[in-house]
Amino acid sequence: MCLAIPARVTTIEENHMATVDIMGVTRKVSLDLVPEAAVGDFVLVHAGFALQVVDEAFANETLELLKTLPFFEEEVGLGAIAEGA
Amino acid sequence: MQADRILLAHGSGGTMMKALIDEVFVVGFSEEALKRLDDAASLPFPGSRIAMSTDTYVVHPLFFPGGDIGRLAICGTVNDVSTSGATPLYISVGFILEEGFPIEDLRRILISMREAAAEAGVHIVTGDTKVVEKGHGDGCFINTAGVGVLPEGLDLSGSNCKPGDKVLLSGTLGDHGIAIVSTREGLEFSTSIETDAAPLNALIANVLKAAPDARCFRDPTRGGLASTLNELADASGVSITVNETSVPVKDQVRGASEMLGYDVFQVANEGKMVAVVPAEQAEAAVAAMKASPYGEDAVIIGDVNEGPAGKVYVFTSFGATRIMDMLVGEQLPRIC
Amino acid sequence: MDLSAFRDPLIAKGLIEAINATDTRPVKIMEVCGTHTVSIAKNGLRAVMPERVTLLSGPGCPVCVTANEDIDIAIEFAKQPGVVVTTFGDMMKVPGSYSSLAKEKAEGYDVRIVYSPLDALIMAQNEPDKQVVFIGVGFETTAPLIAAAILRAKESGLENFSVFSAHKTVPAALGALVNDPEVEIDAFILPGHVSTIIGTEPYEFLAEEYHVPGVVTGFEPVDVLQGVYMILKQIEEGRADIEIAYHRGVMPEGNTRAREMVEQVFEPEDADWRGIGVIPGTGLKIREEYSHYDAVRRIPVTPPEPKDIKGCQCGEVLRGITLPFECRLFGRGCTPEHPIGPCMVSSEGSCAAYYRFTDYGKA
Repeated sequence: MCLAIPARVTTIEENHMATVDIMGVTRKVSLDLVPEAAVGDFVLVHAGFALQVVDEAFANETLELLKTLPFFEEEVGLGAIAEGA
Repeated sequence: MQADRILLAHGSGGTMMKALIDEVFVVGFSEEALKRLDDAASLPFPGSRIAMSTDTYVVHPLFFPGGDIGRLAICGTVNDVSTSGATPLYISVGFILEEGFPIEDLRRILISMREAAAEAGVHIVTGDTKVVEKGHGDGCFINTAGVGVLPEGLDLSGSNCKPGDKVLLSGTLGDHGIAIVSTREGLEFSTSIETDAAPLNALIANVLKAAPDARCFRDPTRGGLASTLNELADASGVSITVNETSVPVKDQVRGASEMLGYDVFQVANEGKMVAVVPAEQAEAAVAAMKASPYGEDAVIIGDVNEGPAGKVYVFTSFGATRIMDMLVGEQLPRIC
Repeated sequence: MDLSAFRDPLIAKGLIEAINATDTRPVKIMEVCGTHTVSIAKNGLRAVMPERVTLLSGPGCPVCVTANEDIDIAIEFAKQPGVVVTTFGDMMKVPGSYSSLAKEKAEGYDVRIVYSPLDALIMAQNEPDKQVVFIGVGFETTAPLIAAAILRAKESGLENFSVFSAHKTVPAALGALVNDPEVEIDAFILPGHVSTIIGTEPYEFLAEEYHVPGVVTGFEPVDVLQGVYMILKQIEEGRADIEIAYHRGVMPEGNTRAREMVEQVFEPEDADWRGIGVIPGTGLKIREEYSHYDAVRRIPVTPPEPKDIKGCQCGEVLRGITLPFECRLFGRGCTPEHPIGPCMVSSEGSCAAYYRFTDYGKA
């Protein structure tokens, strides 16, 4: 009950509508729920409406956090990947 | 002829039908064999084994990004005949036209068919038309049958796959299905994706030269790759595993599928070919595909294993295994 | 923004190890969002869980929990002359008491699939001689969209658009589950996008009153694993909190504007959850002020007497009491080709997810 995908706002149009880009596919969506969305923002799109702006900072924060879990250093070591293992 | 729309009279066998055939069909196809207008075409046949296939096309809309029902019809039957390893030669066409169908649209479709046939190197040699009352047809339905000459000793079949074989795919998945759905009312989105409808007889011939022990070819049309692989696994009593990361999918196709909740493995293709070949001939086969028209994105996507028989698995991008299931009924967009 | 990292196998592997390293009693974790059901099945996540962790699917598929009666009413609308029924694709094949929207479309009634309620508004504008009825199904992720559509219709004076509201809300249903003596749940994987709208406050009672932890979780494999990991840490540490794993998609306060629009257009009423029964206050009824856009009031219909399906165990499956492959009809008489209950026909029903992506119980 939650199929929503991140899409980039490319243009803002009248009547609270915007054009968004999902990997090259574009579609008009409504910004009724997120009137503050701006061009360049990523929004979650569900059934033709933007639900929320996706916070890139939070996305990165989460990924950083996950990479600090003990098992990354010990075993799979992303550092090892960087060294070309 | 003066009419700009199909009338019931055009199907009744009288002068109006003759005018339609002479001035629209024969002109549109511009085939020598058709000009004789015999009930049957007498044709030379260079061999003793024949491969034959038939298909009916009811696609809607009739004109879609990159193609139309005419191109689809010719390419579809050329490809089906070619999967047997035969060289396709002759095509028959049967039309069911709805009363009121614009003749201009019919001309466009015929030109598409002529061009596709010329590209594939096949001849449209015989045809038929019927007209049905308004409301009893979707504008235009087309049936095509194709015959080709089968070389001696060749016995390709979906039941030939063996554990250890490699599964090849000639290019990107999902283009046709997404091109079609992008035109559907109520779902509109803008995309530059076009249908991939194309004749693949040249590609198949090249692969057979490079990999003479190829087991089978099959085109992943309705139901997509999932239907094709499930059918092959079932027919051969083997299991097939696909590496998700190796399957080529255009970004826009991925984006549209995510938006609509579609499984790309189940989306239709009209210009792609799956080939199963023995492992030692796989590299040569892929190279042959890549060097062929419409095969530039060819890749090995998986392998055939012992069993359980009839199962198809996906080794996912993040390292787990799940089943690649077949489409049940229509693929519908979802919000859940 | 490149979000493919949330499918990164290395990060996923690290989380799986972390999950296995936790030390807890056997636990049953329920997800209540159909999209989680599909994500877990499609990514093969059950297979990587330690034995002591059971992932249950709950009633998180709003399509699955739509009452027979509501589908029967939707069908009745389709049968009215001059009416076009518009619906999300998810609803088409769901069986009502006697038929489905897909079957009625095959009979010739005007039933059309739309991706968005906005598309239904456009249809109404383009076809002024038709009455366009939109079948509103979904949880809090979708209700604001329908509220917005109704507000747009009112603002533009659109006279031929109305909504049949079969929406439901989630938090009280979670309460009903923890109160159900037959149901054993140790923690919830809380829905992602429902929470984008409602935030975390509506779930607090689970932790405070029932000591049941919940983690708001996203849908990529890494998201789901992170949610499970955070739940197990809570249980290991004896905590019961409502936490957010899906930071990039959910703010603790949710989407205030969206909630206001729902408040404006809808009011709570009791709702019948298929297989579970009536859960008070979990339905959304169109308010008097917008009754002009309520299909039920604009186009009175008389649906046939509702009828339940014999032998169907969807109710138990939806509450996590019975696993899909434990249902006596699973794969034997109830398959995606011939579904008997909504759990099998819905694209994100538990039974469909199990049948499609795993090997369980297939004859």
